[in-house]
Amino acid sequence: MRRFLLARLAQAGLVALVVGTLSFALMRALPGDAAMRIAAGRYGPDAMTGQAADKVRLELGLDRPWPAQFLDWLETLARLDLGHSLVTGAPVIEELKVQLGASLWLAAAALLISLAIGPVAGVLAGLRPTGWADRLGLAASVSLRAVPPFVLGLVLILVFAIWLGWLPPAGFGTARDLVLPALTLALGLAAVSSRVTRDAVAAVARAPHFAFARHKGLPEAVVVRRHGLRNAAIPVVSYLGLQAIYLVEGVVVVESLFAYPGIGHALVHAIVERDIPMVQGTALAMGLIFVAVTACVDAASAWLDPRLRSAR
Amino acid sequence: MRIAWFLAAALAALSTAVAAKPLKVVGPWEIAGVDPAQSGYVFSRLQVAETLVTADTSGRLVPALAAAWSVSDDGLVWRFTLRPDAVFHDGTPVTAEAATASLERARAGVGVLTQVPIAGIAGDGRDVVIRLDKPFAALPAYLVNFSAIILAPSSYDDAGKVSRIVGSGPYKVKSLTPPLKLELEASRGWWGGEPGIAEVSYLAVGQGETRALMAESGEADLVFSMLPVSVERLRRNGKLDVQIATIPRTRILKVNAGSPFFDDAKVRQAVSQAIDRAGIAKVILRNPDLAATQLFPPALAGWHVPDLAPLGRDLEAAKRLLAEAGWKPGSDGILERDGRRFSVTLVTYANWPELPPIATALQAQLREVGIEVKVSVGNSSEIPSRHRDGTLEMGLVSRLYSIVPDPIGTLLQDYGPGGSDWGAMGWSNEELPALVGRLVGMSDPGARAPLQRRAVEILQEELPSIPVTWSELAIVASKRITGVKVDPLEVNYGLAAVRWAE
Repeated sequence: MRRFLLARLAQAGLVALVVGTLSFALMRALPGDAAMRIAAGRYGPDAMTGQAADKVRLELGLDRPWPAQFLDWLETLARLDLGHSLVTGAPVIEELKVQLGASLWLAAAALLISLAIGPVAGVLAGLRPTGWADRLGLAASVSLRAVPPFVLGLVLILVFAIWLGWLPPAGFGTARDLVLPALTLALGLAAVSSRVTRDAVAAVARAPHFAFARHKGLPEAVVVRRHGLRNAAIPVVSYLGLQAIYLVEGVVVVESLFAYPGIGHALVHAIVERDIPMVQGTALAMGLIFVAVTACVDAASAWLDPRLRSAR
Repeated sequence: MRIAWFLAAALAALSTAVAAKPLKVVGPWEIAGVDPAQSGYVFSRLQVAETLVTADTSGRLVPALAAAWSVSDDGLVWRFTLRPDAVFHDGTPVTAEAATASLERARAGVGVLTQVPIAGIAGDGRDVVIRLDKPFAALPAYLVNFSAIILAPSSYDDAGKVSRIVGSGPYKVKSLTPPLKLELEASRGWWGGEPGIAEVSYLAVGQGETRALMAESGEADLVFSMLPVSVERLRRNGKLDVQIATIPRTRILKVNAGSPFFDDAKVRQAVSQAIDRAGIAKVILRNPDLAATQLFPPALAGWHVPDLAPLGRDLEAAKRLLAEAGWKPGSDGILERDGRRFSVTLVTYANWPELPPIATALQAQLREVGIEVKVSVGNSSEIPSRHRDGTLEMGLVSRLYSIVPDPIGTLLQDYGPGGSDWGAMGWSNEELPALVGRLVGMSDPGARAPLQRRAVEILQEELPSIPVTWSELAIVASKRITGVKVDPLEVNYGLAAVRWAE
């Protein structure tokens, strides 16, 4: 166990360094004058001028050679400091707290809703492949997946906010605000996770040990619970881990449709505005979340599947 | 009896809930940092912070924190006398020292005050005294700009940076979650009295369609900046009031008059005559009246010249002018001169959603006279950036003429010597900069009028920038509220005067 944790910590450290360096290098490689972009981000097109960009360049020392700027970043990172946003001037950590925090809430809500829909529908479909539940599930999955999230979100707003008047069409801060964006994301996720579950369950249901459990006379519910779900869960858990990361990385379209202050929205702005500390901080946080989620998925898989533990 | 008590308690709870209900305001503007030069307009419009001078909805300068002002006979020393009853939200009085500090900071930053020839700012009793290097009659108008808001000393951190907004307006900041949300409450100490609604909540919603849906669902009471496509639908909604104001913003085609394509005024006039402004205004903006027949819209009295020959479409005249300038159609219909094809790049940006579709409309219209246009939609900083390195050929920009309520402020910046980022490029004209230079020193409207007229005439003949359309601002208010007034200058939304309808 200790070796597992130490290995993951080392992995996290490496990810931090690589991600930070890569985002620095990529941001430097982008065409366009950084001072101009930052000034446009700060002052907007009405007040943005070449002189404003010159002041920004001077203030931030953007004309210094890039190794000096990179060393600065390394030094602040070593102090566990992510620096300040070049555009808003606020500490990056504060912005991450708000925006990453908001994204985590949204991701958790979306994942929970999708769990309540996807795997349940998948199990029902997988137990009776080509049955009516399977066919219905396939049709729903294909149509939900085919609709772009932007359109799905608008349809949900029209139904729940305009016709029924139950939920606000946009905003954030309360649980009511979270429902529609989370549902928009969850339906798209459930469309795929239900099919992954369905295939896993169908594979298990075809397996000899499953047939044996039935033949030895166990009730169907016990067969499914004891011999079906756990085995089928292994690929599903790995897949859900991927979905969780996809969610945290931000679903820009849904965030901007619902005026939700997520990390995807923040990252797009930061890249457009050449806000390097913000991009580095965001990429870093996302990289670490990726490490944490894969660690959780590995741990959960090991718990579900004893073979993985003995192989180690 | 018990039921009656319960009902009474429930009613009481309900009524306090109604009283504490915030006024929900939705607009497209995100709050990127609290520095006044960056987001001061949000705090000014929502009446959190105030300037010394402000403007009413007709553009007339009226007192705000300064009750009165005067200028010395030589025009070099301005005195702004603070009102005695103004206090900041932290309870400290608004002093001349605090105002001086805020203005000094604005002058050192990137706001409009950097364009004023200020020699020094000092406090003198209750007066803020601004000394100038040379007469500058438009100074009070410059003080209306949001970058000149007056903040309490407690707004600054140790490094002298603004870390929070402690203003003097009817509303104070309750909580700020950048970039999207700002919650306000009545400050209880405003010199103008108590606001009608005690709490205001502002949400930035970038998507125009979502803003319309916020209004329709009743989740927002006041929504700013609706897309033209939504306006018709919202007008039919019985629960909403749609108000439209013409704002001093013009979409112009900035052309590089120093490039071999546009150095001849005839070519610029030909481009202007190739543009179907009415079509663009009708189809994209849904209002044919927004076709710009000259630079300034009719609402800008003194700057709109009604009897000026209007800019309009005339393809034959355009082709004739191009031929006179030496451009002849090549084998594929694209004009050529001395082996050079008339093929240019039009740079625009998507901060305003209507700009890219207008750019593609211009592309099609200019093709009809043999000009090939490639449209490039990028970041707004491309315009100043390519102005500076001289690679800009054409740019479609949306230019605001009320950054300072007196358009002379923007003219001074855009058409002064050497042109500027959002104005003239590579254009040489002696008369206009001289006129603008004289106008900034003059305050008498009667004396200014003929000079303003001449300036507009030069811009119309020479077309250093080619006006395409004017702009309007659509505001949607729920019928639950009354007292909404549209401010075409977007200085102050007057939320303190809004009340719940009976």
